[in-house]
Amino acid sequence: MKAVITVIGKDKTGIIYKVSKVLYESDVNIDDISQTVMQDYFTMIMLVSSAETINVNELKKKFSELEDEGLSIQVQKTEIFDIMHKI
Amino acid sequence: MTIYSDIQETIRMLDKEKLDIRTITMGISLLDCFTDDINITVKKIYDKIYAYSSKLVDTGEDIAKEYGIPIINKRIAVTPIALAAFSKAEDYIKIASTLDKCANDVGVNFIGGYSALVHKDITKSEHAFLDSIPKALKVTKRVCSSVNVGSTKAGINLDAIKLIGSTIKQIAFETKDEDSIGCAKFVVFANAVEDNPFMAGAFHGVGEGEAVINVGVSGPGTIKAAIEKCKGEPINEICEMIKRTAFKITRAGQLVGNEASKRLGVPFGILDLSLAPTPEIGDSVALILEEMGLEKCGAHGTTAALALLTDAVKKGGIMASSYVGGLSGAFIPVSEDAEMIACVNCGALSFDKLEAMTSVCSVGLDMIAVPGDTPDTTISAIIADEASIGVINNKTTAVRIIPVYGKKLGDIVKFGGLLGEAPIMKLNDYSSKNFINRGGRIPAPVHSFKN
Repeated sequence: MKAVITVIGKDKTGIIYKVSKVLYESDVNIDDISQTVMQDYFTMIMLVSSAETINVNELKKKFSELEDEGLSIQVQKTEIFDIMHKI
Repeated sequence: MTIYSDIQETIRMLDKEKLDIRTITMGISLLDCFTDDINITVKKIYDKIYAYSSKLVDTGEDIAKEYGIPIINKRIAVTPIALAAFSKAEDYIKIASTLDKCANDVGVNFIGGYSALVHKDITKSEHAFLDSIPKALKVTKRVCSSVNVGSTKAGINLDAIKLIGSTIKQIAFETKDEDSIGCAKFVVFANAVEDNPFMAGAFHGVGEGEAVINVGVSGPGTIKAAIEKCKGEPINEICEMIKRTAFKITRAGQLVGNEASKRLGVPFGILDLSLAPTPEIGDSVALILEEMGLEKCGAHGTTAALALLTDAVKKGGIMASSYVGGLSGAFIPVSEDAEMIACVNCGALSFDKLEAMTSVCSVGLDMIAVPGDTPDTTISAIIADEASIGVINNKTTAVRIIPVYGKKLGDIVKFGGLLGEAPIMKLNDYSSKNFINRGGRIPAPVHSFKN
């Protein structure tokens, strides 16, 4: 089961560390990362997967602490991206 | 694997351009609930709606969270209530109250189907039903009502239109304390469709099954953003761009529809891709038309721009979904579109231009506020005009007009929420009374010799 995680926020130390820590603890594997800093804003898209069904709501709850630090974190199942761009 | 630019495009559509699933509407057949005892009937109605839809709202919210796509409304549409065939208006009002309570208990914001199909003639029980509408809309909060008064196959029922002109005035009076908001929940159709998921005109047609999930997708902001990339390009490039964008939007709707259908154990019916504006800045159909090169919506050329928009949206959407239905196209509800309100206020957009636009949009004269002292027969005549456009051109048309009690030209009415605000529009002051008072039925039109 696959999902896309997008992280946007003011660049600072430890963003990747904190996000991947939550994923490690939830037994979710990172398949790929694309990351840039645009005008001081850190933007990252992660493709993640897990043998089990990823509980999107559970992950979002765990990320809510990071959101309090000013990061915007979205977790979405990949189907929405696939279906919109592939025939 | 999905490439990153695709992911970014989807996220931009969702975050910046306000792409959303406007509604998941569950259609529920009540045909097996109608008995000759009103008390048994209302109990059966409540139990059946509750049994099917109690998980609708939660399921919608779960899907929205998992895919990160907002699902704005969860709604219910039922079999046209006039088919219950009671002889007293009070009985119908009891049904309206039951629908209202049920909608409240399952947490949906609107329930549609307080409706009658009288495009050829009106039965005795349908007369009682039509009489009940003003009171029913007064005593309920979430019930939406509609009446079909014409069809391409049957012609136009002028007797019904005459009656409904005064019904609309009564609704305006009954809900005068809230700026006649009852009229915003009442639609008059010609060629009404049986699977429309959008309110206030949704009902569950008699040709439908026990229950069905219909999905309405929107996204005027997304289409506008796409056209912004076509500066200076010829108009065919704009059509292509709209088609491609409509395709993507529709696919998102299809995914949500399939998921909702699977989780609720109810078959997926249709996807309705209608560009439905909201009062939020940027979520406007008028802005799409202006982006094509019109100084203001309402300028000469607006009808052509709207026609190509509606057509391109349909073309893009039809390939993207296994079943496209409902109204699919572009809505032009004045009060719900911030730019359209501005165009009325600056004099660019008149009632007559709106009528012309309805011959190529997906529905009709929608959410238009007019003076409270507009004669009943003038309202009937507006409906007759609009029904004719639909019947002759083999398309759905509708009128949702609000003669706001106590308001006159120059006033502004604030409905709030998704219904927005509306300036009172100027109508033609000359009388249509003798035409409407003739009554009778306009015969079905000929389908050949089209010019």
